Amino acid sequence: MTAPTAPNDGLISPDLPVLTRKDFVTDQEVRWCPGCGDYSILAQMQKMLPELGIARENIVFISGIGCSSRFPYYVNTYGFHSIHGRAPTIATGLKTARPELTVFVITGDGDGLSIGGNHLLHAMRRNIDLNIVLFNNRIYGLTKGQYSPTSEFGKITKSSPYGTTERPLNPIRIALAAGATFVARSVDRDTKHLEEMLYRAAKHRGVSFVEVYQNCNIFNDGAFAAFAEKEVRAERMIYLEHGKPLRFGKNNEHGIRLNGFTPEIVENAESDEGLLVHDAHAENITLANILVGMDYPEFPVPIGVFRDVDAPTFDQLVQQQVDEAIAKGRGSLEEALRAGETWVVE
Amino acid sequence: MTTETQLKPEHHVEELERVTIRFAGDSGDGMQLTGTQFTRTAAVFGNDLATLPDFPAEIRAPAGSLPGVSGFQISFASTEIYTPGDRPDVLVAMNPAALKTNLGDLKPGGLLIVDKDEFEPTNLKKAAYESNPLEDGSLAGYQVVPIAITRQNELALEGLPLSAKDKFRCRNFYALGLILWLYGRTLDTTIKWATEQFKRRPDILEANLRALRAGYNFGETTELFRVQYRVPPAKVPPGTYRHISGNEATALGFVAASVLSGLPLFYGSYPITPASDILHELSKLKNFGVKTFQAEDEIAAIGAAIGAAYGGHLGLTGTSGPGLALKSEALNLAVMTELPIVVIDVQRAGPSTGMPTKTEQADLLQAMFGRNGDSYVAIVAPCTPSDCFIMAIEAFRIALKHMVPVVFLSDGYLGNGSEPWRIPDISELPRIEWKYAEPQEGKFNPYLRDPKTLARPWAVPGQKGLEHRIGGLEKSGETGDISYDPRNHHEMTLARKAKVDRIVDDIPLLQVTGPEEGDLLVLGWGGTYGSITSACENARKRGLSVASAHLRYLNPFPANLPEVLKRYKKVLIPELNTGQLALLIRGRFLVDAVSFNKISGQPFKIAEIEGKIDEVLGLRDEYVLEFTRSAGVSGG
Repeated sequence: MTAPTAPNDGLISPDLPVLTRKDFVTDQEVRWCPGCGDYSILAQMQKMLPELGIARENIVFISGIGCSSRFPYYVNTYGFHSIHGRAPTIATGLKTARPELTVFVITGDGDGLSIGGNHLLHAMRRNIDLNIVLFNNRIYGLTKGQYSPTSEFGKITKSSPYGTTERPLNPIRIALAAGATFVARSVDRDTKHLEEMLYRAAKHRGVSFVEVYQNCNIFNDGAFAAFAEKEVRAERMIYLEHGKPLRFGKNNEHGIRLNGFTPEIVENAESDEGLLVHDAHAENITLANILVGMDYPEFPVPIGVFRDVDAPTFDQLVQQQVDEAIAKGRGSLEEALRAGETWVVE
Repeated sequence: MTTETQLKPEHHVEELERVTIRFAGDSGDGMQLTGTQFTRTAAVFGNDLATLPDFPAEIRAPAGSLPGVSGFQISFASTEIYTPGDRPDVLVAMNPAALKTNLGDLKPGGLLIVDKDEFEPTNLKKAAYESNPLEDGSLAGYQVVPIAITRQNELALEGLPLSAKDKFRCRNFYALGLILWLYGRTLDTTIKWATEQFKRRPDILEANLRALRAGYNFGETTELFRVQYRVPPAKVPPGTYRHISGNEATALGFVAASVLSGLPLFYGSYPITPASDILHELSKLKNFGVKTFQAEDEIAAIGAAIGAAYGGHLGLTGTSGPGLALKSEALNLAVMTELPIVVIDVQRAGPSTGMPTKTEQADLLQAMFGRNGDSYVAIVAPCTPSDCFIMAIEAFRIALKHMVPVVFLSDGYLGNGSEPWRIPDISELPRIEWKYAEPQEGKFNPYLRDPKTLARPWAVPGQKGLEHRIGGLEKSGETGDISYDPRNHHEMTLARKAKVDRIVDDIPLLQVTGPEEGDLLVLGWGGTYGSITSACENARKRGLSVASAHLRYLNPFPANLPEVLKRYKKVLIPELNTGQLALLIRGRFLVDAVSFNKISGQPFKIAEIEGKIDEVLGLRDEYVLEFTRSAGVSGG
């Protein structure tokens, strides 16, 4: 008897259906608090999914624990609501076993960066072809308002009545350090931008990491309002675009330039000359790291794609090793049992 | 001119039924290799045998120190045997530390071969000897054969372009050659192995073969040995045999499960003693479609296995006790989502880090109960190294048919121990039944259970129309949606339990060895099979009414267990823990079983179980364990 061929070979249908947003809506009542930023992320995801041209049954959403992790119940694909912080591990096993599937990981700042930090790090460094979306609301919502690893220093919460004594993590910096090949940031309020980021992340071959600034209107309302509200957005956020100079302002009048390794604002920069030009395809992460250090109020907050590079994916490399081994001769159980020294007793 | 043969002294040849040898030396002395090579030779010769490697936790403890001693015991026989022997007949001690830590086990009057060159002041001091035991008369109770192994090995390798250190490292082959001669074995198997092993290092090959032959020839020409021994081949069932360790058999068994089921195997694991060899073995077998994943931690390893099982493949993870603790939460997710994963636990001495290189069977209750909530998994436990092969297939057979996580409880003694194995014909192996979910009308309910087994349908991504959501939250048995309904949780919990209980119809009955009813049943599980079986055989030879039975299925128990327990006046349960199976048996069946416990990191000796049998039958006073080995103070 010889080694099995994958029984899923016949499962993936080649015909691409024409689907609409409605096809990705389940019969489940959405139970996030009214006004929660999660609604926007869900809506942009459901809007974006049909554009991928992938059949529903070949898409899987895997989440951990937290408000964000309820997400899979509301998307009409295969879904797995797992345990706290472990979604990347389940996604890694699934994608490695079944590389032909499209796998999303939905996580939050607590789930992904606190209890599940290790898994997030390793999923990204392996460059496994997962689409990781981290909802960052800088608070623990489901457990009713404790500080999270992205909460600002000194923040007063239920578990830090005197203010936190911890410095926050920057998720984008973690993704860059772990070697993620696609790293982007968006905000729940900027729906068009969010949809585009989700689409580009899904299209990226290799791990993609999208941080979404998401408002928790119950426990951390307005966390991003100072720069994400429509009226101030142009002045206080900067949209990263590959190959273009960094400009912001109502009329794109201001720019960013480098002074050594330090960014500085050039107000009313008339010419693009001397302005920093974004390079999302750079192998070197120095520029991306400088950009991620820019934060409100000193700087406009960068959103968009920080990094987008091509590299072999873990799932493909594993599959390749298996394919090459099988090409040399599919394993025979009889032979494997008789490997090494044998002797016959009459 | 005299011929060569005339120069050789006459050796009287004595036939023996069974011999137990322990090779002991510094961990840098290659004792595991020496033992393994002797084992292969004995196996190919046709002896029945069992081995017990015993290595230190330190990868490189200081040379010559007590914690650095590594040992390998082999028992080989012309009859069927079940254990690597209680006490060695022969001890080969390559240095004073090895002598000190192992002498206590050597049989009185046993043969003691030492490398006398190593008994010099520095090494004696490292082994905390105040005087040289070879000279102070303390070894009077043994047949001591001091041999200048180091010096003679040096002479044999003279002229070879190797460093003194490399030459010194060939001493083990000198000792091996000598022991092979002593038991009338040929060098063929070792030469064949070495030729293959060192094909890229002809200088090392030459040195090892010279050392091997020098040792062999020394035995033949010296007058130190008056007797040469013969242990004839054992009478075993006809067939093709190989030598196999428990961890190798485990890896092969899971590959066999993949072949038999036609489902690709995914193995997620984090390196841990003594389970890592399974990862090493499986990572070689990519031509079977096996995908191995060395995870970032134990949790990721099981998470990935769950992901693979969710994807419709064989999801397997492997670890040892501390790793199982880390996997508990994820294992519970597999319980809740009813996905067919298998978790290997090669148990080691605990709690906590415990003694990683020493065996124990103290994770039974962890496997059974070590999770939050009312959480049931199936548990199987192989009883010999080669049985790991069959039980691995059984683990997935049960997991797939019943859609339930299965824990496979091996242990360090089984995993590292080895024995000859009659290679099974593929047609003898169990069938593995599984199916993916059938398309359903309307909304798919992932908890629509099979009425007989209560298994839920296995709907895997890629199946059109079966899109559904599962997770760790309780689900409605009727719709698959999240449910906090009191009645539903009650019923789902009972269903998950009943699903495991119903596996009882699908596993073999408990076999009893010995009288069908009588004074005493000795009940065991896992790696204690050999010692228990031998002790009970000996007891019956002494005319006692003693039967033995060994549980390989621990959850659920075989259907006839309660009835078997009732047929004996007394029940004795020997375990390498403080009484975990005994607790289950007493709690489940109200049987006043006597627990016999040893928690030393070492397997049971046959004599220990016999001693306890005699106590339980009122033939002697209380039996008290004696610990003969001074294991050395470990810094690790």
